[in-house]
Amino acid sequence: MRSKSYGDKASLGLKIGAIGTLLFLHVPLWVIFLYSFTTDESTYSFPLPGLTTKWFGVALQRTDLWDALKLSLQVASLATVAALILGTLAAAAVYRSNFFGRDAVSFLLVLPIALPGIVTGIALRSAIGSLEIPFSFWTIIIGHATFCVVVVYNNVLARFRRMQSSQIEASMDLGANSFQTFRYIVLPNIATALLAGGMLAFALSFDEVIVTTFTAGQQSTLPIWIFSQLVRPRDRPVTNVVATIVILITFLPIFFAQKISAESSDTEGETK
Amino acid sequence: MNRLSTFFYKRPALVTLLLLAIPMLYMIVVYLGSLFALLLNSFYFLEEFTGLVVKEFTLSTYVQLFKPTNLGIFGRTAGMALAVTIMDALIAFPLSYYIAKFASRRLRTYLYIAVTLPLWSSYLVRVYAWKLILSKEGILSWFVNLFHLNSLLDALLSLPGIGGSSLSLSPIGMFIAFCYIWLPYMIVPIQTALERVPKSLLEASSDLGAKPSQTFRNVILPLAFPGVIAGSIFTFSLTLGDFIVPQSLGNSRFFIGQAVYSHQGTSGNIPLAAAFTMGPVVIMVVYLLIARKLGAFDAL
Repeated sequence: MRSKSYGDKASLGLKIGAIGTLLFLHVPLWVIFLYSFTTDESTYSFPLPGLTTKWFGVALQRTDLWDALKLSLQVASLATVAALILGTLAAAAVYRSNFFGRDAVSFLLVLPIALPGIVTGIALRSAIGSLEIPFSFWTIIIGHATFCVVVVYNNVLARFRRMQSSQIEASMDLGANSFQTFRYIVLPNIATALLAGGMLAFALSFDEVIVTTFTAGQQSTLPIWIFSQLVRPRDRPVTNVVATIVILITFLPIFFAQKISAESSDTEGETK
Repeated sequence: MNRLSTFFYKRPALVTLLLLAIPMLYMIVVYLGSLFALLLNSFYFLEEFTGLVVKEFTLSTYVQLFKPTNLGIFGRTAGMALAVTIMDALIAFPLSYYIAKFASRRLRTYLYIAVTLPLWSSYLVRVYAWKLILSKEGILSWFVNLFHLNSLLDALLSLPGIGGSSLSLSPIGMFIAFCYIWLPYMIVPIQTALERVPKSLLEASSDLGAKPSQTFRNVILPLAFPGVIAGSIFTFSLTLGDFIVPQSLGNSRFFIGQAVYSHQGTSGNIPLAAAFTMGPVVIMVVYLLIARKLGAFDAL
């Protein structure tokens, strides 16, 4: 019988601290949600003077918003495709063999998100500028792909490491060639990792603003539109609505991507 | 098809090389190439009269960094990064500790998602939230009014250096927003570090007569420290390079990110902007080296 064992139950103080931190993380997002229904056009006054849903309609009419949203979706889709291809190839190579310098590969891939965004941004800008390539839709994608690769890479590599290599051996023993083995064994195994990595890459690109401000020409992605409203608020109620919609759109894909990663890493813990 | 398959099967090194070629080519040419171009640019200089970049090797651009205004920018940004890092470690700890040591497996999955969800949801929208909350007529002022704390807020805002006309236009407001935005980056590594502390170690400590507070101080805190350092890499680096928060919530005194942004933008002084970014790069490299010494990479 131990007198007072350590850590069977959380103390009240710890619980309050933990809940406080959780609230700090989430309440600000609820505030945005609330403000999208305000009748106040020119200030951020609280309590809200009145409630209305008319700003959702106003936002829907705005062509500049639709253009920005369309551009963001296009950029994010193409950047995600690029990240899926590059990330999966790199993950497969690192998983397959123990070659010299595989740490360097991981390091190089993680660098674009480890270094401050302005470094990546201005580096790309000065390189693109000195090659006299015009800033365009494509330069935005080139920039986004550099930092999206690592999320796909991490997800797929983690999955490869959990995959049982006996399955691949069995497939080869039973007469399948490498391509068939890839199609019927490897691909189904990494499918959800590709899905999770792809969704996170999409979210990362869809939201990116720092690198984009340096690699875009006259184009305005949705984050750039929001940023311009942050610095000089002109359409406060419309911005509130846009912010709410962005939270709602990103919530579900990210929730599921996180659940896939969290659950598969949990089962990994069980088999150990 | 089968012969092609056999051909590859017999040459695993070739396959690895082929797999690696495209991603590495992309990262090396596009990314490292750009970083190199940036480094090169920092050794050029802007001709004052013509406003054109002169491509001759010089250190004069770096010398400009040591002007008092520019040193002030570095000091201000690094100070903010340090303050945010310390505050985030303090706020993150209870939640990380709870998730790592007390939450059931099921709850842990959901808490993990609750922590990382804000991280992935729009960064700009989260900055925007604080613009709403901190504004003069906003929700925080309302609460301050409700609890009759106006004099306290006014005293806080009148502090030289960190005060301002309202919370949304002051370094205090920036500090709160920075703490909020980077907090998940601190919670996750601390949690990971704490999860690795075996329960038997805590039991041994209490069996040997340590009070819970002693176990906490002498066993848990030292073992959580690499996690704190790992988290601080993110909070520190991200604060150093950010220009969105200072631009949206700060006053007119520049941070590194804003300096870079404005030098390359309006004046077209890419060399000076490039030299400026070498500041955070050098600070981060030194920081990473210290962090590695302290064992932070094991907790990532």
